[in-house]
Amino acid sequence: MIEVDNLHKSFGETHVLKGITTCFDQGKTNLIIGQSGSGKTVFLKCLLGLFEPEEGAIKYSGQEYAQLSRDERRDLRQDMGMVFQGSALFDSMTVEENVMFPMDMFTKTTRSEMQDRVDFVLKRVNLIDAHKKFPSEISGGMQKRVAIARAIVMNPTYLFCDEPNSGLDPKTAILIDNLIKEITEEYEITTVINTHDMNSVMEIGEKIIFLKNGYKEWEGTKHEIFKTDNQAVTDFVYSSELFKKVRQMYIEERN
Amino acid sequence: MKVKCEPILLFLRPKTIFAYMKYIGAIGKYFIMVWEVFKKPTKWSIMRSLILKEIDELIYGSMGIIIFIAFFIGGVVTIQTALNLTSPFLPKSLIGFATRQSVILEFAPTFTSIIMVGKVGSYITSSIGTMRVTEQIDALEVMGVNSLNYLVFPKIIAMFLFPFAVAIAMYVGVLGGWVAAVFGNYAPSGEFIKGLQMEFQPFHVTYAFIKTLVFAFIIATVPSYHGFYMRGGALEVGKASTTAFVWTSVVIIVANYVLTQLLLGQ
Repeated sequence: MIEVDNLHKSFGETHVLKGITTCFDQGKTNLIIGQSGSGKTVFLKCLLGLFEPEEGAIKYSGQEYAQLSRDERRDLRQDMGMVFQGSALFDSMTVEENVMFPMDMFTKTTRSEMQDRVDFVLKRVNLIDAHKKFPSEISGGMQKRVAIARAIVMNPTYLFCDEPNSGLDPKTAILIDNLIKEITEEYEITTVINTHDMNSVMEIGEKIIFLKNGYKEWEGTKHEIFKTDNQAVTDFVYSSELFKKVRQMYIEERN
Repeated sequence: MKVKCEPILLFLRPKTIFAYMKYIGAIGKYFIMVWEVFKKPTKWSIMRSLILKEIDELIYGSMGIIIFIAFFIGGVVTIQTALNLTSPFLPKSLIGFATRQSVILEFAPTFTSIIMVGKVGSYITSSIGTMRVTEQIDALEVMGVNSLNYLVFPKIIAMFLFPFAVAIAMYVGVLGGWVAAVFGNYAPSGEFIKGLQMEFQPFHVTYAFIKTLVFAFIIATVPSYHGFYMRGGALEVGKASTTAFVWTSVVIIVANYVLTQLLLGQ
């Protein structure tokens, strides 16, 4: 579980995060949504420890990040997996080497054990014949799957995903969403996903946080988002005609 | 109302002071980066393969251009010296002497270093900069890896083999001078070789290698700094490479002057 209390972050004169308080539950897919410039990526980078907030606290399973020593922070980071928006795979390494990298770096496991684990996670993300290929030789969807495999290879407690569906076709996007949800439930991971994709919200949003201008505007589940009266949320989520109709049908069905 | 300033006071305008502060800040940030490079080392088994890869990329991959340039520079130095020694009272052996001194003291260490800034420095800035743009450095940080140690340390170690490349450049430069002298009829082979052996001071070679080691460190770290701390996209990677080339060259030229004064000055 990750608890966030009154988080503030500024860059010079620009106050990006303005007192965000929330909590991300274990074994659930927690979504952060909001318009471009609402502070989603900054919030995610604060959670990852890439940005140091000016005020507020972030607690990982009760441990406050700011209070941890350098070594404790390093240990905690090894408990985190991250899927970057552009996958951030190492160009000079093959798919197999990319996935093996965190194990090779931080564990003393033998080569054969590492190989077994790599084979297992690549199979888990439905990648079987791509072991020896380089990131530039595989599709965007496959790159995302490799990034997920690399993120889960160390059995992380926390999984962070920044726009995991960006640049993917709708079918592949759904596959990636379902894969993240399955992994979250299977390994009881605390998953935080930063997304623009309303399909993801409807499919896997067990807990949704809506950010607007650096404030937490709304918080709830995918079921509650249909019923909310919050104008900012409805303007954002139901901006397309398709989703407006979906919402209308949902409300009519409930009545 | 406009206030007239004495020209000297223009250096104290807030805008100018701010520009100076920016440079001082960048120098401080560079030294902090260098300090961070040596902290929290990467696992040796991984580091070993990274160092070997960088030796292949930075040193072995540059040998062709170094040899090519050294040969022709040696030849040009010989021809220019020969054309300036017009007096019949000056022995032809001076051509060999001047070629040796120019190549060992300056052309092999400094000129080769500037060539390396263009080739290796741009590669370092663009490769690290691209990793920054594509979030690969963030990925390393999130995993708990000291990204500066992982990316920059192997380059520094690989560049410590640069004196070997410069030694080859010295040899090839002198060989180029001999070829130009003999085949261009500027000096007979015996006279040129006599000049090469004339008043040889081994410390001059030591001086050249000390310079080369300092330049090697600069070539590995200054472009790394520009790549690591760059912000933006593909266009900025290109700009960072150009800036890195300019600043690395400037630092090498200044370091060359300081080291020459310290090691050879009165």
